[in-house]
Amino acid sequence: MNFYDFLTQNKLEVASLALEHLWMVGLSTLFAVAIGIPLGILITRKPRLHNPVIATANVIQTIPSLALFGFLLPAPWFGDRAGRIAILALMLYALLPLIRNTYTGIKSVDPGVVEAARGMGLTDRQLLFKVELPLAASVILAGIRIAVVISVGLATIAAAVGAGGLGELIFRGLAMVNNGVILAGAVPAAIMALLADLLLGWLERRLAPPRAA
Amino acid sequence: MQPAETAIAFHAVGYQLPNGREVLHDLSFEIPTGEILVLLGRSGSGKTTALKLVNRLLEPSRGQIMVRGRSTRDWDAIELRRHTGYAIQEVGLFPHYRVSRNIALVPEIEHWPKPRISERVAELLKLVGLRAEIAERYPHQLSGGQRQRVGVARALAADPPILLMDEPFGALDPLTRADLQHEFLSLQQKLNKTVVFVTHDVREALLLGTRIALLEEGKLVSCQSRDAFLNSSDPLVRRYLETFSEISGKRGPA
Repeated sequence: MNFYDFLTQNKLEVASLALEHLWMVGLSTLFAVAIGIPLGILITRKPRLHNPVIATANVIQTIPSLALFGFLLPAPWFGDRAGRIAILALMLYALLPLIRNTYTGIKSVDPGVVEAARGMGLTDRQLLFKVELPLAASVILAGIRIAVVISVGLATIAAAVGAGGLGELIFRGLAMVNNGVILAGAVPAAIMALLADLLLGWLERRLAPPRAA
Repeated sequence: MQPAETAIAFHAVGYQLPNGREVLHDLSFEIPTGEILVLLGRSGSGKTTALKLVNRLLEPSRGQIMVRGRSTRDWDAIELRRHTGYAIQEVGLFPHYRVSRNIALVPEIEHWPKPRISERVAELLKLVGLRAEIAERYPHQLSGGQRQRVGVARALAADPPILLMDEPFGALDPLTRADLQHEFLSLQQKLNKTVVFVTHDVREALLLGTRIALLEEGKLVSCQSRDAFLNSSDPLVRRYLETFSEISGKRGPA
């Protein structure tokens, strides 16, 4: 069966797997943002924590994805449902770009601007929310963009632990030695990654602080 | 008449870096309310450090600094900084805010009513010699001189009684710098703030300072009125004055 025939005959299944895929990527990114950005801010305030935090996130990044999904199977609560494992693993992978870009974004704010803000009597909170985060926003968004694009690809592996998503079609196609079925999973995943990249790239440019062309 | 009130006083102030290097050594002087004190010295003499001790961006290792009769240690740092306008050479305008919001930020934080803030912004722009339409621009759309003017306007926004200025005109071309210096003098006559002004330029010091404190390697060499400074016999003061007269002597037709 070729790619096109499979797609037209299984529209509903492909669409529901794509939704499942999107759900895993969306939820894991949300958690990664909720954890990664505060961690990135924290290590700009406590320089001693910088190396251990970045090193840990780095190590997580080096674990092969298939192995990480497997490692998490016996984990309490998470191991009960494949979807939980997938979301946890994807979140762990997304942490590094988020932590690193938040840190870099804040650290690359012009020191003259920070000094002026302090000298004007901004509190630490005001400095963070009125100056540092708005000026770092586009760099942080670039981190989210990288995380999402990586996640869309990685999430295909989640099917190996039974979490569903477009990877399901890829693994089925591999088992059937049928390129059409593989493509039915791979092509929508690639399109999803491209669209996310375009959308977030557009947002990133909009959030960049105005500067001379 | 009562003697002029002291706005800022340094009492035997020392400042040491964490690595043990002594940046300031036994610094004592007073600034009466309404005066412009110029901290003059070469790079690394400790003048910027002395300035940052006033608004507690740094804290002294020894001695104390009194601001309006209270040690900087007893001030709430945020409250102290809202009482002291701060303008620096890098200006540090917020690139993501328009000029108006740059100036309005501290009044906003202090919860001034909106109409009063926009009134204040318009008033300040006029005061520093900028056209009203500048308010809608972003910092990157301004010239260097305009940026410095906005920086001064921002420092004045909440009407602080004390103004700290760290080579605010240092990065400007000589003509723009001269304009801003003269405008600053006439501004000061209107506003009567107490000003601490850091510079390495003896010409600027003589033009602006009511009094001049000369720093060298973290020590106070002299602190005296402009006239006394001009007539000082101190060898280091003489060297500064010579660099100045050397240039002015060459001016004009021979």
